[in-house]
Amino acid sequence: MSAILPPSDRVWWKQPLDRDESTWIIIAFIWCMVMFFMMPYWHVYGKQNLSNEAYRTTPEAFQKKTEAMVEKYKVREETDFKIPVVHPPAASDVYLIARLWQWWPILELEAGKTYRLHMASMDWLHGFSLQPENINVEVHPGYEHVITVTPTAAGQYSIVCNEFCGINHHTMVSRLYVVK
Amino acid sequence: MAINRMFRTCPSTGLQYHEPAELLIKANAVVGVVFLLVGGILALLVTLTRWPAVHLLPADWFYLILTAHGLDMLVFWIIFFEIAVLYFCASSLLRCRLATPKVAWVAFGLMVVGAVVNNIAVFKGDSSVMFTSYVPMGAHWSFYLGLILFAVGALVACFVFLGTLVIGRAERTYNGSIPLVTFGALTACIIAIFTIASGAIILIPTFLWSIGMVDHIDSLMYRTVWWGFGHSSQQINVSAHVAVWYAIAAIVFGAKPLSEKVSRTAFLLYIFFLQLASAHHLLADPGLTSNWKIFNTSYAMYLAVLASMVHGLTVPGSIEVAQRAKGFNKGLFEWLRKAPWGNPVFSGMFMSLIGFGFLGGISGVMMGTEQLNLIIHNTVYVPGHFHATVVVGTTLAFMSLTYFLIPTLFQREVMFPKLAQWQPYLFGIGMSAFAVLMMGAGTLGIPRRHWDITFAGNAMGHEFPGTAYLMLGLMAIAGIMAIIGGAIYVLIAVGSIFFGKRINVPGYQRVSARDGVAAPAQPVAAAITGHGSRPGGAGVFVAPGTFTLALVFLAAFVLYYFVNWKYLSTVWPLS
Repeated sequence: MSAILPPSDRVWWKQPLDRDESTWIIIAFIWCMVMFFMMPYWHVYGKQNLSNEAYRTTPEAFQKKTEAMVEKYKVREETDFKIPVVHPPAASDVYLIARLWQWWPILELEAGKTYRLHMASMDWLHGFSLQPENINVEVHPGYEHVITVTPTAAGQYSIVCNEFCGINHHTMVSRLYVVK
Repeated sequence: MAINRMFRTCPSTGLQYHEPAELLIKANAVVGVVFLLVGGILALLVTLTRWPAVHLLPADWFYLILTAHGLDMLVFWIIFFEIAVLYFCASSLLRCRLATPKVAWVAFGLMVVGAVVNNIAVFKGDSSVMFTSYVPMGAHWSFYLGLILFAVGALVACFVFLGTLVIGRAERTYNGSIPLVTFGALTACIIAIFTIASGAIILIPTFLWSIGMVDHIDSLMYRTVWWGFGHSSQQINVSAHVAVWYAIAAIVFGAKPLSEKVSRTAFLLYIFFLQLASAHHLLADPGLTSNWKIFNTSYAMYLAVLASMVHGLTVPGSIEVAQRAKGFNKGLFEWLRKAPWGNPVFSGMFMSLIGFGFLGGISGVMMGTEQLNLIIHNTVYVPGHFHATVVVGTTLAFMSLTYFLIPTLFQREVMFPKLAQWQPYLFGIGMSAFAVLMMGAGTLGIPRRHWDITFAGNAMGHEFPGTAYLMLGLMAIAGIMAIIGGAIYVLIAVGSIFFGKRINVPGYQRVSARDGVAAPAQPVAAAITGHGSRPGGAGVFVAPGTFTLALVFLAAFVLYYFVNWKYLSTVWPLS
């Protein structure tokens, strides 16, 4: 009986287990159950869960909502491209557009306040990667993802695109401000 | 049409080769190695570009080369070699003629044409869409067409494998059940059929979209179905390289599976649950519920992880039992210390097992945990993980098997035997370090598939920590070490096959179906007292050394798992 020959015992399924295998299977199974229940547990007791809230949208509809927010809450412009910086009120709905190869606009949020962050892509897939927090979320065209987020510490953060989106993918980077 | 029943027996291993099967195994393996060579050269270019201090290629070339590297390695090298493994496991291990060799050649032809068409599309420069080719980013239509042709060829090859199993049963070329290794290959084949079907379901509409016959392909639908192809194709690798581990344990040590029941059930769990893992890739996507994500990404409560943990015990466990039977009985680990570490067949296989488990397996579960994925998704941690599974796991296992196949299948002596001894270490250690450093850089937020993490010349940028740069530099050095190891492998394999010293073996002989080629039937009585067939038996620790190693593995797993949760708990609250 070798692994490259047919089993010598024709009724191999009746061979009793040795201790190594039976013990290890039990231990491994328990560990697998622990890992499985850890995920629902975190939904109840943990604070970092990705939202399930998402809606179908179109680039036009999403852009309109974002522009309305920018018009209302713009506080200044940054860089040569005059990208607006918006400071929406705490606990409001904020919008972030992902498009080739830009995040728009720049958001300024308040530490300790909770926001409903809406994200959608205007064209291809993009990856929202908030640095240095290292929170990473996929951004799809046609889907408006609503994430409830609470910035904890004031500072300047970056949003890097980490889903390959063509030749200038590596230039798609923006800022996010968190103020006291 | 007369059926070719010409067989030869390898005098040193006793393996039987069917003439057409032998040619097909050789052809598929050789073409696989050619793609490994191409992919390896591309790997060097990718590594030298992601080494911040070197930053070799311009952006457009980097994305092109990275696309080609992914496809040539993950798809073409591995699947060509896997088809060779399938034919070997069906024909040689069952001592059976290969079903429909002509159809198998058609399959081979389709795969070669598909792979070439796809490569041409990429190198022309208008299909730098990465291995994943996510819509709505589009590639040239020939990119998809090449992949479809390749997949059809691979599917046909899978059915040749299944047909061979049917012939083996019908012509009674073996007694009882198929060998465990063939069972593992069957697992790989079943998963491959599922995989290729998923690929067809998504790539055919995408091809039609690329020529304007379909208007729109939803990006989430694409990702959901595409990963049924993309991730499942890696599960073919897992099943195939686990089968290779068992085969090498049997070849080098004459090891017997601790228990056929346990090992086969573990393979069965792969068939039932492994494909669900494709949902791992959608954990950071909108539009799917947490219930769906948790059930699928846990492979239905981690039952497929359980299967890998079982194989991780039973393969070295069977080696330990075989070694102890030879008298290496001192302490917990004499069996391992006295293992043939200078034999690349064994050393490569054992590093593949350790690297796959400790690095690839543990990191895979981290990324595949719904919430932990948030701090890992699309960082360079991800390629770190799959270089540990697919390169240290699958590629290294296939390399070790090659050193066995050169004399028995190709009838050549292995060239540069001293170099061959070192090759698995260079490759295995280099690639393991490469994977670990990538994972490290990923935890610091470095994105994958990114040409310039310094954002030079940008209006806005981000400064990644210096440690990340250090890790990327070391990663590149480790990567170069692995590439040298890979180059030595190609040199030895190609050199031996074409220029190695010929081993003279008896030629082919006709074996008629009626005579059969099966070994004499085993007495049925053995079955009743079956558990007396090896020392120990029920209720005894037959492999205490392996069990200890398994506990070390578990400790590392548990510790690292909770370290990640701890880290997650420090990021911004999200809901």
